[in-house]
Amino acid sequence: MGNGTSIGKVRGLGSAHEGPHHWLVQRFTAIGNLVLMLWLLGSFLLLPDLGYGTLASYFAKPVPAVAMILLVLSLFWHARIGLQVLIEDYVHTPGNKFAALALLNLATIGGGAFGIFCVARLALSGGAA
Amino acid sequence: MSNRPLSPHLSIWKWGPHMLVSILHRVTGDGMALAGLAILLWWLGALASGPAAYDSFTGWMWADIGALQWSGIDILWSLLKVLLKIVMIGLSWAFFTHMLSGLRHFVLDIGAGYELDTNRLWSIASPVIAVILTAGFWALLLLR
Ligand code: HEM
Ligand code: HEM
Repeated sequence: MGNGTSIGKVRGLGSAHEGPHHWLVQRFTAIGNLVLMLWLLGSFLLLPDLGYGTLASYFAKPVPAVAMILLVLSLFWHARIGLQVLIEDYVHTPGNKFAALALLNLATIGGGAFGIFCVARLALSGGAA
Repeated sequence: MSNRPLSPHLSIWKWGPHMLVSILHRVTGDGMALAGLAILLWWLGALASGPAAYDSFTGWMWADIGALQWSGIDILWSLLKVLLKIVMIGLSWAFFTHMLSGLRHFVLDIGAGYELDTNRLWSIASPVIAVILTAGFWALLLLR
Protein backbone atom coordinates (compact mmCIF):
# COMPACT_ATOMS: atom_id res chain seq x y z
CA MET A 1 0.00 0.00 0.00
CA GLY A 2 1.03 3.59 0.13
CA ASN A 3 0.85 4.36 -3.57
CA GLY A 4 -1.32 7.45 -3.62
CA THR A 5 -4.90 7.84 -2.48
CA SER A 6 -7.56 5.13 -2.74
CA ILE A 7 -9.21 6.90 -5.61
CA GLY A 8 -5.88 7.25 -7.38
CA LYS A 9 -5.46 3.47 -7.29
CA VAL A 10 -8.81 2.71 -8.87
CA ARG A 11 -9.08 5.59 -11.33
CA GLY A 12 -9.06 4.39 -14.93
CA LEU A 13 -9.73 0.75 -14.07
CA GLY A 14 -13.38 0.99 -14.98
CA SER A 15 -16.17 -0.30 -12.81
CA ALA A 16 -16.14 -3.53 -10.82
CA HIS A 17 -19.29 -4.49 -12.77
CA GLU A 18 -21.13 -5.82 -9.74
CA GLY A 19 -22.82 -2.51 -8.93
CA PRO A 20 -24.12 -1.75 -12.42
CA HIS A 21 -25.46 -5.29 -12.73
CA HIS A 22 -27.34 -4.97 -9.45
CA TRP A 23 -28.61 -1.55 -10.47
CA LEU A 24 -29.81 -2.80 -13.87
CA VAL A 25 -31.53 -5.90 -12.47
CA GLN A 26 -33.34 -3.67 -9.95
CA ARG A 27 -34.67 -1.74 -12.92
CA PHE A 28 -35.49 -4.72 -15.16
CA THR A 29 -37.46 -6.31 -12.35
CA ALA A 30 -39.06 -2.93 -11.58
CA ILE A 31 -40.44 -2.90 -15.13
CA GLY A 32 -41.70 -6.46 -14.60
CA ASN A 33 -43.37 -5.39 -11.35
CA LEU A 34 -44.91 -2.34 -13.00
CA VAL A 35 -46.45 -4.21 -15.94
CA LEU A 36 -47.51 -7.33 -14.03
CA MET A 37 -48.80 -5.58 -10.88
CA LEU A 38 -50.96 -3.32 -13.06
CA TRP A 39 -52.20 -6.47 -14.79
CA LEU A 40 -53.06 -8.07 -11.41
CA LEU A 41 -54.79 -4.98 -10.02
CA GLY A 42 -56.62 -4.54 -13.35
CA SER A 43 -57.75 -8.18 -13.12
CA PHE A 44 -59.07 -7.55 -9.60
CA LEU A 45 -61.15 -4.68 -10.97
CA LEU A 46 -62.44 -6.59 -14.01
CA LEU A 47 -63.26 -9.97 -12.39
CA PRO A 48 -66.90 -10.22 -11.25
CA ASP A 49 -65.83 -10.97 -7.64
CA LEU A 50 -62.76 -12.10 -5.73
CA GLY A 51 -64.22 -15.32 -4.33
CA TYR A 52 -62.47 -18.68 -4.37
CA GLY A 53 -64.26 -20.06 -7.43
CA THR A 54 -63.63 -17.01 -9.61
CA LEU A 55 -59.95 -16.71 -8.71
CA ALA A 56 -59.19 -20.43 -8.90
CA SER A 57 -60.65 -20.75 -12.39
CA TYR A 58 -58.98 -17.48 -13.46
CA PHE A 59 -55.51 -18.71 -12.45
CA ALA A 60 -56.26 -22.08 -14.08
CA LYS A 61 -56.14 -20.35 -17.49
CA PRO A 62 -52.70 -20.48 -19.18
CA VAL A 63 -52.13 -16.75 -19.68
CA PRO A 64 -53.13 -15.58 -16.16
CA ALA A 65 -51.20 -18.52 -14.65
CA VAL A 66 -48.00 -17.65 -16.53
CA ALA A 67 -48.42 -13.93 -15.77
CA MET A 68 -48.85 -14.71 -12.06
CA ILE A 69 -45.78 -16.98 -12.04
CA LEU A 70 -43.72 -14.27 -13.76
CA LEU A 71 -45.04 -11.71 -11.25
CA VAL A 72 -43.93 -13.87 -8.31
CA LEU A 73 -40.48 -14.23 -9.90
CA SER A 74 -40.14 -10.51 -10.63
CA LEU A 75 -41.41 -9.46 -7.17
CA PHE A 76 -39.14 -11.80 -5.22
CA TRP A 77 -36.10 -10.98 -7.32
CA HIS A 78 -36.73 -7.22 -6.98
CA ALA A 79 -37.35 -7.60 -3.25
CA ARG A 80 -34.20 -9.69 -2.78
CA ILE A 81 -31.86 -7.09 -4.24
CA GLY A 82 -33.88 -4.26 -2.65
CA LEU A 83 -33.57 -5.76 0.83
CA GLN A 84 -29.90 -6.56 0.16
CA VAL A 85 -29.27 -2.82 -0.25
CA LEU A 86 -31.10 -2.20 3.01
CA ILE A 87 -28.97 -4.76 4.86
CA GLU A 88 -25.75 -3.43 3.34
CA ASP A 89 -26.70 0.11 4.40
CA TYR A 90 -27.58 -0.69 8.02
CA VAL A 91 -25.89 -3.94 9.11
CA HIS A 92 -22.16 -3.35 9.35
CA THR A 93 -20.86 -6.14 11.61
CA PRO A 94 -19.44 -8.73 9.16
CA GLY A 95 -20.93 -11.79 10.89
CA ASN A 96 -24.39 -10.27 11.27
CA LYS A 97 -24.29 -9.01 7.72
CA PHE A 98 -23.43 -12.48 6.41
CA ALA A 99 -26.23 -14.01 8.49
CA ALA A 100 -28.76 -11.42 7.34
CA LEU A 101 -27.87 -11.90 3.67
CA ALA A 102 -27.97 -15.69 4.04
CA LEU A 103 -31.40 -15.49 5.66
CA LEU A 104 -32.58 -13.12 2.95
CA ASN A 105 -31.55 -15.54 0.22
CA LEU A 106 -33.24 -18.48 1.93
CA ALA A 107 -36.44 -16.49 2.49
CA THR A 108 -36.72 -15.02 -0.99
CA ILE A 109 -35.76 -18.17 -2.91
CA GLY A 110 -37.94 -20.32 -0.67
CA GLY A 111 -40.84 -17.84 -0.80
CA GLY A 112 -40.63 -17.45 -4.56
CA ALA A 113 -40.53 -21.22 -5.09
CA PHE A 114 -43.56 -21.67 -2.82
CA GLY A 115 -45.52 -18.98 -4.70
CA ILE A 116 -44.72 -20.48 -8.10
CA PHE A 117 -45.64 -23.96 -6.89
CA CYS A 118 -49.03 -22.71 -5.63
CA VAL A 119 -49.90 -21.13 -8.98
CA ALA A 120 -48.71 -24.23 -10.85
CA ARG A 121 -50.84 -26.43 -8.64
CA LEU A 122 -53.92 -24.25 -9.27
CA ALA A 123 -53.24 -24.21 -13.00
CA LEU A 124 -52.54 -27.92 -13.37
CA SER A 125 -55.46 -29.09 -11.24
CA GLY A 126 -57.69 -27.42 -13.81
CA GLY A 127 -59.52 -24.75 -11.80
CA ALA A 128 -62.11 -24.90 -9.02
CA ALA A 129 -61.59 -28.24 -7.34
CA MET B 1 -11.60 5.31 9.45
CA SER B 2 -12.77 6.28 12.93
CA ASN B 3 -10.72 9.47 13.22
CA ARG B 4 -11.58 10.78 9.76
CA PRO B 5 -13.27 14.19 9.82
CA LEU B 6 -17.03 14.20 9.25
CA SER B 7 -18.70 16.65 6.91
CA PRO B 8 -20.43 19.38 8.91
CA HIS B 9 -23.51 18.97 6.70
CA LEU B 10 -24.24 15.60 8.34
CA SER B 11 -26.10 17.55 10.99
CA ILE B 12 -26.99 20.71 9.08
CA TRP B 13 -29.79 20.21 6.59
CA LYS B 14 -33.46 20.96 6.35
CA TRP B 15 -36.36 18.86 5.09
CA GLY B 16 -37.27 19.12 1.44
CA PRO B 17 -39.86 17.21 -0.59
CA HIS B 18 -37.19 15.20 -2.44
CA MET B 19 -36.00 13.75 0.90
CA LEU B 20 -39.54 12.69 1.69
CA VAL B 21 -39.86 10.90 -1.68
CA SER B 22 -36.49 9.24 -1.11
CA ILE B 23 -37.34 7.86 2.31
CA LEU B 24 -40.89 6.95 1.23
CA HIS B 25 -39.45 4.89 -1.62
CA ARG B 26 -37.40 2.90 0.85
CA VAL B 27 -40.12 2.54 3.48
CA THR B 28 -42.80 1.47 0.98
CA GLY B 29 -40.44 -0.88 -0.90
CA ASP B 30 -39.23 -2.57 2.27
CA GLY B 31 -42.74 -2.62 3.76
CA MET B 32 -44.12 -4.38 0.69
CA ALA B 33 -41.17 -6.75 0.54
CA LEU B 34 -41.54 -7.79 4.20
CA ALA B 35 -45.29 -7.67 4.84
CA GLY B 36 -46.76 -7.63 1.33
CA LEU B 37 -44.93 -10.68 0.01
CA ALA B 38 -45.81 -12.71 3.12
CA ILE B 39 -49.50 -11.91 2.59
CA LEU B 40 -49.18 -12.65 -1.14
CA LEU B 41 -47.84 -16.11 -0.30
CA TRP B 42 -50.63 -16.73 2.20
CA TRP B 43 -53.14 -15.74 -0.50
CA LEU B 44 -51.59 -18.01 -3.15
CA GLY B 45 -51.16 -20.84 -0.64
CA ALA B 46 -54.81 -20.52 0.41
CA LEU B 47 -55.96 -20.54 -3.21
CA ALA B 48 -53.88 -23.64 -3.89
CA SER B 49 -55.25 -25.38 -0.78
CA GLY B 50 -58.95 -24.99 -1.49
CA PRO B 51 -62.10 -23.05 -0.48
CA ALA B 52 -61.80 -23.62 3.29
CA ALA B 53 -58.25 -22.26 3.42
CA TYR B 54 -59.29 -19.35 1.22
CA ASP B 55 -62.20 -18.50 3.54
CA SER B 56 -59.80 -18.48 6.46
CA PHE B 57 -57.50 -16.09 4.56
CA THR B 58 -60.28 -13.65 3.66
CA GLY B 59 -61.77 -13.99 7.15
CA TRP B 60 -58.54 -12.66 8.65
CA MET B 61 -57.27 -10.24 6.02
CA TRP B 62 -60.57 -8.81 4.80
CA ALA B 63 -63.07 -9.43 7.57
CA ASP B 64 -66.70 -8.33 7.39
CA ILE B 65 -66.47 -5.41 9.80
CA GLY B 66 -70.20 -5.50 10.55
CA ALA B 67 -70.03 -9.13 11.71
CA LEU B 68 -67.14 -8.70 14.19
CA GLN B 69 -67.73 -9.74 17.81
CA TRP B 70 -66.98 -7.16 20.51
CA SER B 71 -67.17 -9.14 23.76
CA GLY B 72 -64.63 -11.09 25.81
CA ILE B 73 -61.52 -12.39 24.10
CA ASP B 74 -63.14 -11.72 20.69
CA ILE B 75 -62.35 -8.03 21.16
CA LEU B 76 -58.70 -8.91 20.66
CA TRP B 77 -59.33 -10.83 17.43
CA SER B 78 -61.68 -8.15 16.14
CA LEU B 79 -59.09 -5.43 16.75
CA LEU B 80 -56.52 -7.54 14.91
CA LYS B 81 -58.88 -7.93 11.96
CA VAL B 82 -59.48 -4.19 11.76
CA LEU B 83 -55.71 -3.70 11.88
CA LEU B 84 -55.19 -6.24 9.09
CA LYS B 85 -57.71 -4.39 6.93
CA ILE B 86 -55.71 -1.20 7.45
CA VAL B 87 -52.58 -3.16 6.49
CA MET B 88 -54.23 -4.21 3.20
CA ILE B 89 -55.22 -0.64 2.35
CA GLY B 90 -51.76 0.51 3.48
CA LEU B 91 -50.11 -1.98 1.11
CA SER B 92 -52.10 -0.63 -1.83
CA TRP B 93 -51.01 2.90 -0.85
CA ALA B 94 -47.42 1.65 -0.54
CA PHE B 95 -47.63 0.12 -4.01
CA PHE B 96 -48.86 3.28 -5.72
CA THR B 97 -46.42 5.47 -3.78
CA HIS B 98 -43.47 3.20 -4.61
CA MET B 99 -44.64 2.94 -8.23
CA LEU B 100 -44.62 6.71 -8.68
CA SER B 101 -41.31 7.28 -6.90
CA GLY B 102 -39.95 4.33 -8.92
CA LEU B 103 -41.11 5.97 -12.15
CA ARG B 104 -39.48 9.18 -10.88
CA HIS B 105 -36.26 7.17 -10.45
CA PHE B 106 -36.48 6.16 -14.13
CA VAL B 107 -36.73 9.81 -15.19
CA LEU B 108 -33.82 10.84 -12.96
CA ASP B 109 -31.82 7.83 -14.24
CA ILE B 110 -31.83 9.22 -17.79
CA GLY B 111 -30.48 12.47 -16.39
CA ALA B 112 -33.71 14.47 -16.60
CA GLY B 113 -35.64 16.38 -13.95
CA TYR B 114 -32.79 17.79 -11.90
CA GLU B 115 -33.68 21.47 -12.39
CA LEU B 116 -34.65 22.73 -8.92
CA ASP B 117 -38.21 23.71 -9.85
CA THR B 118 -38.95 20.53 -11.81
CA ASN B 119 -37.42 18.34 -9.14
CA ARG B 120 -39.47 20.00 -6.43
CA LEU B 121 -42.65 19.81 -8.51
CA TRP B 122 -42.41 16.05 -9.11
CA SER B 123 -41.27 15.34 -5.56
CA ILE B 124 -44.52 16.85 -4.35
CA ALA B 125 -46.64 15.47 -7.20
CA SER B 126 -45.57 11.79 -6.89
CA PRO B 127 -46.91 11.09 -3.39
CA VAL B 128 -50.01 13.18 -4.04
CA ILE B 129 -50.86 11.33 -7.27
CA ALA B 130 -50.22 8.06 -5.38
CA VAL B 131 -52.89 8.92 -2.79
CA ILE B 132 -55.34 9.78 -5.58
CA LEU B 133 -54.62 6.47 -7.38
CA THR B 134 -55.07 4.53 -4.12
CA ALA B 135 -58.43 6.17 -3.48
CA GLY B 136 -59.45 5.62 -7.10
CA PHE B 137 -58.48 1.94 -6.98
CA TRP B 138 -60.56 1.23 -3.88
CA ALA B 139 -63.47 3.28 -5.20
CA LEU B 140 -63.51 1.20 -8.39
CA LEU B 141 -63.08 -2.07 -6.49
CA LEU B 142 -65.72 -1.48 -3.83
CA LEU B 143 -68.28 0.36 -5.93
CA ARG B 144 -68.28 -1.86 -9.01
C1 HEM C 1 -44.51 -0.34 -9.93
C2 HEM C 1 -43.57 -1.16 -9.78
C3 HEM C 1 -42.22 -0.83 -9.20
C4 HEM C 1 -41.29 0.05 -9.66
C5 HEM C 1 -41.38 0.95 -10.90
C6 HEM C 1 -40.17 -0.03 -8.75
C7 HEM C 1 -38.99 0.68 -8.89
C8 HEM C 1 -37.92 0.58 -8.06
C9 HEM C 1 -36.61 1.17 -8.30
C10 HEM C 1 -36.22 2.01 -9.52
C11 HEM C 1 -35.83 0.86 -7.24
C12 HEM C 1 -34.37 1.23 -7.06
C13 HEM C 1 -34.19 2.49 -6.30
C14 HEM C 1 -32.71 2.87 -6.21
O1 HEM C 1 -31.92 2.50 -7.08
O2 HEM C 1 -32.36 3.54 -5.23
C15 HEM C 1 -36.63 0.10 -6.30
C16 HEM C 1 -36.20 -0.34 -5.06
C17 HEM C 1 -36.92 -1.20 -4.25
N1 HEM C 1 -38.15 -1.78 -4.52
FE1 HEM C 1 -39.30 -1.36 -6.13
N2 HEM C 1 -40.46 -0.93 -7.76
C18 HEM C 1 -41.71 -1.44 -8.00
C19 HEM C 1 -42.41 -2.37 -7.25
C20 HEM C 1 -41.96 -2.92 -6.05
C21 HEM C 1 -42.68 -3.87 -5.24
C22 HEM C 1 -44.10 -4.39 -5.55
C23 HEM C 1 -41.89 -4.15 -4.16
C24 HEM C 1 -42.14 -5.07 -2.99
C25 HEM C 1 -42.39 -6.29 -3.09
C26 HEM C 1 -40.68 -3.38 -4.27
C27 HEM C 1 -39.62 -3.39 -3.37
C28 HEM C 1 -38.49 -2.62 -3.48
C29 HEM C 1 -37.44 -2.56 -2.49
C30 HEM C 1 -37.39 -3.32 -1.16
C31 HEM C 1 -36.47 -1.67 -2.97
C32 HEM C 1 -35.18 -1.22 -2.27
C33 HEM C 1 -35.45 0.12 -1.61
C34 HEM C 1 -34.23 0.71 -0.95
O3 HEM C 1 -33.93 0.29 0.16
O4 HEM C 1 -33.60 1.60 -1.53
N3 HEM C 1 -40.75 -2.64 -5.44
N4 HEM C 1 -37.90 -0.06 -6.83
C1 HEM D 1 -34.21 13.74 5.74
C2 HEM D 1 -33.06 13.47 5.32
C3 HEM D 1 -32.62 12.21 4.60
C4 HEM D 1 -33.35 11.18 4.10
C5 HEM D 1 -34.87 10.99 4.13
C6 HEM D 1 -32.41 10.25 3.51
C7 HEM D 1 -32.79 9.06 2.91
C8 HEM D 1 -31.90 8.22 2.27
C9 HEM D 1 -32.24 6.99 1.59
C10 HEM D 1 -33.63 6.39 1.49
C11 HEM D 1 -31.11 6.49 1.05
C12 HEM D 1 -30.98 5.24 0.21
C13 HEM D 1 -31.02 5.70 -1.22
C14 HEM D 1 -30.78 4.61 -2.19
O1 HEM D 1 -30.23 3.57 -1.82
O2 HEM D 1 -31.14 4.83 -3.35
C15 HEM D 1 -30.03 7.37 1.41
C16 HEM D 1 -28.72 7.17 1.05
C17 HEM D 1 -27.68 7.97 1.47
N1 HEM D 1 -27.77 9.12 2.24
FE1 HEM D 1 -29.44 9.95 2.92
N2 HEM D 1 -31.16 10.74 3.67
C18 HEM D 1 -31.24 11.95 4.32
C19 HEM D 1 -30.22 12.78 4.69
C20 HEM D 1 -28.89 12.54 4.42
C21 HEM D 1 -27.80 13.39 4.83
C22 HEM D 1 -27.96 14.69 5.59
C23 HEM D 1 -26.66 12.79 4.37
C24 HEM D 1 -25.22 13.19 4.48
C25 HEM D 1 -24.81 14.35 4.76
C26 HEM D 1 -27.04 11.59 3.69
C27 HEM D 1 -26.14 10.73 3.10
C28 HEM D 1 -26.49 9.60 2.42
C29 HEM D 1 -25.54 8.71 1.78
C30 HEM D 1 -24.04 8.86 1.74
C31 HEM D 1 -26.30 7.68 1.19
C32 HEM D 1 -25.80 6.51 0.38
C33 HEM D 1 -25.83 6.91 -1.06
C34 HEM D 1 -25.67 5.76 -1.98
O3 HEM D 1 -25.43 4.62 -1.53
O4 HEM D 1 -25.78 6.00 -3.19
N3 HEM D 1 -28.38 11.46 3.74
N4 HEM D 1 -30.53 8.44 2.14
